[in-house]
Amino acid sequence: MSLSDTDTPPEIEARFRGRRGAFDLDVAFSFPARGMTALFGPSGCGKTTILRCMAGLERMEEGRLVVNGALWQDDKTFVPTHKRPIGYVFQEASLFAHLSVRENLLFGKRRTRATRAGLDLDEVVRLLGLTDLMGRSPLRLSGGERQRVAIGRAILATPEILLMDEPLAALDRFAKNEILPYLERLHEELAIPVLFVTHDLLEAERLADRMVLMDKGLVRANEPIDELLADPSLPLARMPEATAVLTGKVTDIDEVYGLSTLMVSGAEFLIPGNLGPVGSVRRLRVAASDVGLTRSRASGGSSILNGPVARITDVQPMGDFQMTVFLKIGPGGRGAPLLARITRKSWDTLGLEVGDLVHALIKSAALAKDV
Amino acid sequence: MWEAVILTVKLATITTAVLLVVGTPIAWWLARSTAWWKEAVGAVVSLPLVLPPTVLGFYLLIALAPSSPLGQGAAAIFGHTLPFTFAGLVVASVIYSLPFVVQPVRNAFEAFGDRPLEVAATLRASPLDSFFTVALPLARPGLLTGAVLGFAHTVGEFGVVLMIGGNIPGETKVLSIAIYDYVETLEWGKAHILSAGMLVFSFLVILVMMVTERRLRNRLT
Repeated sequence: MSLSDTDTPPEIEARFRGRRGAFDLDVAFSFPARGMTALFGPSGCGKTTILRCMAGLERMEEGRLVVNGALWQDDKTFVPTHKRPIGYVFQEASLFAHLSVRENLLFGKRRTRATRAGLDLDEVVRLLGLTDLMGRSPLRLSGGERQRVAIGRAILATPEILLMDEPLAALDRFAKNEILPYLERLHEELAIPVLFVTHDLLEAERLADRMVLMDKGLVRANEPIDELLADPSLPLARMPEATAVLTGKVTDIDEVYGLSTLMVSGAEFLIPGNLGPVGSVRRLRVAASDVGLTRSRASGGSSILNGPVARITDVQPMGDFQMTVFLKIGPGGRGAPLLARITRKSWDTLGLEVGDLVHALIKSAALAKDV
Repeated sequence: MWEAVILTVKLATITTAVLLVVGTPIAWWLARSTAWWKEAVGAVVSLPLVLPPTVLGFYLLIALAPSSPLGQGAAAIFGHTLPFTFAGLVVASVIYSLPFVVQPVRNAFEAFGDRPLEVAATLRASPLDSFFTVALPLARPGLLTGAVLGFAHTVGEFGVVLMIGGNIPGETKVLSIAIYDYVETLEWGKAHILSAGMLVFSFLVILVMMVTERRLRNRLT
């Protein structure tokens, strides 16, 4: 590595090529070593294989993996799994049946070099709500509890990257909803970069900062999630359930009306409910079908609180009678991306064109559901 | 009479200990290897299941004879040739009872699959580390079954002992040989005592093993 590279932020660079069963896998992607990156695609497109290759559990004919400047794999090098500073969460929790929850949690930590300051047990137990489970056998835990222990066990091994293979897929809806807040908390409080495999778009929308979109063994896109979800050239924005995500900072809480102000790139939003302390970062999911467009907002003429100015950047027909409109919030059209699903009649009646400034009317109820 | 009982218990205990040390790595290799010829090795290990004990004893006798290279090697290690000695009995018993230990231990290793070992590897455990801290503890029911079967099978052996050990009191005259002797010399009373003892012993072994194994398994699943 040359000296000039030391200035670049830590990054993970992966490249794998080879044949796996029915298809050829040929992927090359890199992502920053911070936040959560979703490896998203239909079942059987090679996501899990990539994750296993990154962990060294499988070896492709051709592979290269560099994590934060350290070479883990290339033509001549192959660092074995137990020497890679990773955390790995399998789809099924796979706790050691012969050990208690506490011993499971400490299994990796005990084998981690003491030179690198890791998280301590108490901190992880608090973060994942494991206090009451510590003395129990893994066999006496629910699916959601098991997966929380598995996540705790992985992050206690002081990983440089946490790899999660559909950590929620084996859980029912209740267990999923139980565990999602914990994952969001990890996202907020830990500095460990996470790469997680999912075929559930909702999971990616709630958790991921970045998405690597895969299809049939190839990488189709690799972008920050807000841009990727609203990218006209990708299939996600064309789906009936197309959704944009808005990330912003809480700047004010209005106790009288029960509203929080969220500062998103390009506009302020008023969100029902208390989103938490001023300064915290929150994410909103806005379904395209919950967004309407108008040319002008007559003052006091609408019950809709949020109608930020946005610029139309693109439009695509959706079936014969609907349009998907791609927007960027803010008068300059350079803010956060947003999607609107409107009828073709509305589009024609309003005489909308790409490049026009409009108000994007967002139902407040639609904004309240996730937070 | 008691001399034969004590000798038998001693032989079975030593044999079982050696079997666990020798058989577990073989079982591990058979369970994990992807070599195409591993089943051939598995078949060799299982041969004593179907081979008449006298055949096994005959070949061992020839292989360990003072004139053979193997016999000379053994003589160098033990200080004497092996046939018609206690050490020779241990060697023969280990070979004879090997499948009874290897098979259940191999099954136990195969039962939990790759996943626990993959998990251990992602948690920084080297292959050797995970063998001792994950594989062996998870295979406990199989190890117990193997130990009990190996012990009981050694207690009951006859043909191999007769071929390679002969009938030397205190050295190679084990229980089953003693019973045979008593019957030959029409000492029915003593034959009855030893035979009934074996019957009770065998019943208890099987019972204890089944109960313990079930308990171990319940704790692991």
